[in-house]
Amino acid sequence: MLTNLLRVVLLILSLLLPSNALRAQDTPIDIPAGIAAMGEASLKELGQLVTDLAATGDSAVVPALTALGAGTLYFEETSGAVLIERGSSYLNPITGEAVELGADADLSKIRVNNGLRRDIAAALAGMTLMSDNPATRLTAANGFLAKPDPANIPLLDEAIAAETDANVLKAMQTARAVTILGDDEASIEERQAAVPLVTAGAGRGAITILNGARNSAPAELQPAIEAALAGLEQERAVWGALQNVWFGISLGSVLLLAAIGLAITFGVMGVINMAHGEMVMLGAYTTFMVQLIIRQNFPGLIDYSLLIALPAAFLVTGAIGVGIERGIIRWLYGRPLETLLATWGLSLILQQTVRSIFGPTNQMVIAPTWMSGSTEFYGLSITYGRFWIVIFALIVFFMLLMILNRTPLGLQMRAVTQNRRMASAMGIRTPFVDAMTFGLGSGIAGLAGVALTQIDNISPNLGQNYIIDSFMVVVFGGVGNLWGTLVGALTLGVANKFLEPYAGAVLGKILILVLIILFIQRRPRGLFALKGRAVEQ
Amino acid sequence: MNIFSAKSALLAAALAGSVSLSAVPAMAQDDTIKVGILHSLSGTMAISETTLKDTMLFLIEQQNAKGGVMGKMLEPVVVDIASDWPLAAELARQLIEVDEVDAVFGCWTSVCRKSVLPVFEELNSLLFYPVQYEGEESQRNVFYTGASPNQQAIPAVDYLMSEDGGSVERWVLAGTDYVYPQTTNKILEQYLLDKGVAAEDIMINYTPFGHSDWQTIVSDIKAFGSAGKKTAVVSTINGDANVPFYRELGNQGVMAEDIPVVAFSVGEEELSGFDTTPLVGHLAAWNYFMSVDTPENAAFIADWQAFIGSEDRVTNDPMEAHMIGFNLWVKAVEAAGTTDADAVIDAIVGLETPNLTGGIAKMLPNHHITKPVLIGEIQDDGQFFVVWETEDLVPGDAWSDFLPESKMLEADWTAPISCGNYNTETSTCGSAM
Repeated sequence: MLTNLLRVVLLILSLLLPSNALRAQDTPIDIPAGIAAMGEASLKELGQLVTDLAATGDSAVVPALTALGAGTLYFEETSGAVLIERGSSYLNPITGEAVELGADADLSKIRVNNGLRRDIAAALAGMTLMSDNPATRLTAANGFLAKPDPANIPLLDEAIAAETDANVLKAMQTARAVTILGDDEASIEERQAAVPLVTAGAGRGAITILNGARNSAPAELQPAIEAALAGLEQERAVWGALQNVWFGISLGSVLLLAAIGLAITFGVMGVINMAHGEMVMLGAYTTFMVQLIIRQNFPGLIDYSLLIALPAAFLVTGAIGVGIERGIIRWLYGRPLETLLATWGLSLILQQTVRSIFGPTNQMVIAPTWMSGSTEFYGLSITYGRFWIVIFALIVFFMLLMILNRTPLGLQMRAVTQNRRMASAMGIRTPFVDAMTFGLGSGIAGLAGVALTQIDNISPNLGQNYIIDSFMVVVFGGVGNLWGTLVGALTLGVANKFLEPYAGAVLGKILILVLIILFIQRRPRGLFALKGRAVEQ
Repeated sequence: MNIFSAKSALLAAALAGSVSLSAVPAMAQDDTIKVGILHSLSGTMAISETTLKDTMLFLIEQQNAKGGVMGKMLEPVVVDIASDWPLAAELARQLIEVDEVDAVFGCWTSVCRKSVLPVFEELNSLLFYPVQYEGEESQRNVFYTGASPNQQAIPAVDYLMSEDGGSVERWVLAGTDYVYPQTTNKILEQYLLDKGVAAEDIMINYTPFGHSDWQTIVSDIKAFGSAGKKTAVVSTINGDANVPFYRELGNQGVMAEDIPVVAFSVGEEELSGFDTTPLVGHLAAWNYFMSVDTPENAAFIADWQAFIGSEDRVTNDPMEAHMIGFNLWVKAVEAAGTTDADAVIDAIVGLETPNLTGGIAKMLPNHHITKPVLIGEIQDDGQFFVVWETEDLVPGDAWSDFLPESKMLEADWTAPISCGNYNTETSTCGSAM
């Protein structure tokens, strides 16, 4: 049923492509033989086969070439057949019919390299420009854009005349303009007219294309390209600054996530918790485990595995946090140096435990589709993964603020940290509140771990990379103040990103450290210092 | 004050921990030959080095199954240098003096090698170093079984400049900020300038260890690549920083067709940590890939996976280097009839052993070996597809021919020269500097 439909579509396609068929060579290659030869061809031979097959202009080669470019074309050694993989079945590349594999089938992927992939995209563009599917036409137009060839102009003109979809039309016109711009045989007027079209249509790629054209353009054309480039460069400088702010906010949100749990355990409770980073790491490993279970048992839920991992990570690390508080830290209250040493030792133990269980290598957490890729927002390029992490950090921050300021537990936490004996005298179970506070801080570190699976390695060392930054943020923002942590994290993020282009990543980090040291000299209590009697303790 | 004493106490504790670890194979017998394994099993470098420790145990077990060396069983002595380089020197000394090992296989980073070098020189023992490195060194007691720059970096750049590689004209040299990337990039920069690349077409960028926020740098690379010339990134980024780097590349849509990244420190082991679908087509240059189709390699992979008990474990280039180094050492000991360091150093030069890619690895007088150079493209299953390889084996060159200060230097540890930095212009031992 499906294969019949495919055949009809192919038939229509072949009827729609007279211009291509006319360009066929005098002695066209035999298509089934050509495709079958792909199985054992070397890279060079494969390149020649692609050129020959594309030159036939016959749409029957489209599925095979598409599959070759996408890496889904296989060679079955026993029967010598070339097959297209689709899901778990294998199709004949010409008829599109499913092929039953023998028990002794020996499948190997037909591999291509970068250059060949580019050639395939360009070859396919010519054959799919008239497709019924707007998305296919868009890909085809972009294929022309990537590899402009003056021979394609008549085909593009024809396609533009017939195009109804505004987006595809724009892509086609841009592709045509780029081709004209680089065509030495086109008139100067035509080429000059193409410059603004390229500028408007090619987005962030326009600078690349114009720069490329400038390198080979005749003198008469230079002024037009120069002018367009100057305008684009200026625009890019403005957007570049904004882009830097976005990068800074995004870095800041990661710092915020990592530090906010510490703002509770260190900032509110005053415990120097060197094992904080390991709580982040455990959160990341919980995510890994959750995804592993989902992948094995409920593959349909894989896109939501991060959301499912959030409560799991919070509970796991929170429980471990309560355990640490009850088992170790409560014996060490008021002795900061011992706490520091004990938690440092604990962090080493946790790291090595994870290393023994999961091995020293990185684990893999797949990014859900809604967190992969990027979008263009005017001149800004925003990656979805970073975007969701910024949103997530803010949600965590405000929820924590609510818990501290609006719930009985939050009230008790603040009471205990401000005056333990008084709180105890008022009937608050201070040991219970201590354990809960530490558990909350650890649980939030676990949440940070879930987010970090999307940008960093999931390895036993994950936490170490964040512990110093976290302390820096909390101290800089002001110990004991959540708003300070927010402002501190974002300030450090943005400052880091503005220093980086000028000073480089290494010197940038050093400068930030020096600036913080100087700042702490001036204001020992950080940006948002607590005032009042609580400070005197 | 207090903090400092706390720190040294910690160090002492760590030291005590590793000392007790080294005592694990306590079945010391007189008729065994001891082999030291000096790798990080904890800390930052554990991710790469733990596998090498297992590789050595695997090789020793295989050799013992074949009857050992000269009728004696081999006995591994494992120590954990915990990614701490002064500790590495301590433990190297302990291996040689206390455990009395006859050869040591170990280290990953150049700073580790530089830290333990004086110990091996002073106590006259043997170190087999299995990782690609920056060159500009040759020491009598060290055998460099990884690639020198002319066996990895230079061929990779040649490939990218060729038509097959995309005729690249503009270069980003991105690396982690330490000695290997710095020296390699110095050599590469000079090589590119010699090849007629304009200085403004080269961008050099360094990042700290474990750098995780690549947004600015990737966007800079995109901007640098928009000058209308074909651009490529040569990455000497090491260790943990690679995963976030590649993730950012994928997310910002830097496709291999537009700006290919060729990496010198990313292998199968590093890629096993993430989904490589967005990275298909990016490149790596090594002397061995797991995907190489030879009977030797198939047998090695099968034996390794049986030893480690998992079908998912990959093999990589430094593992092959350890295998070659180990086999050469075994042959040298058998040829010399003793494990004495001086005799082995004399016997090992010129010995040959098959590598896993169908060629022969030969120990050269400069203590480097011959290797093929392979360029592979990353595939969506985390493996590499070899798109280019050198026709012949490339002999390792200790001193780069492209740096003015080292091009007249040669290393030759055979008589009559017997010198690690022999100046061919003045015919004296020792550099002209």
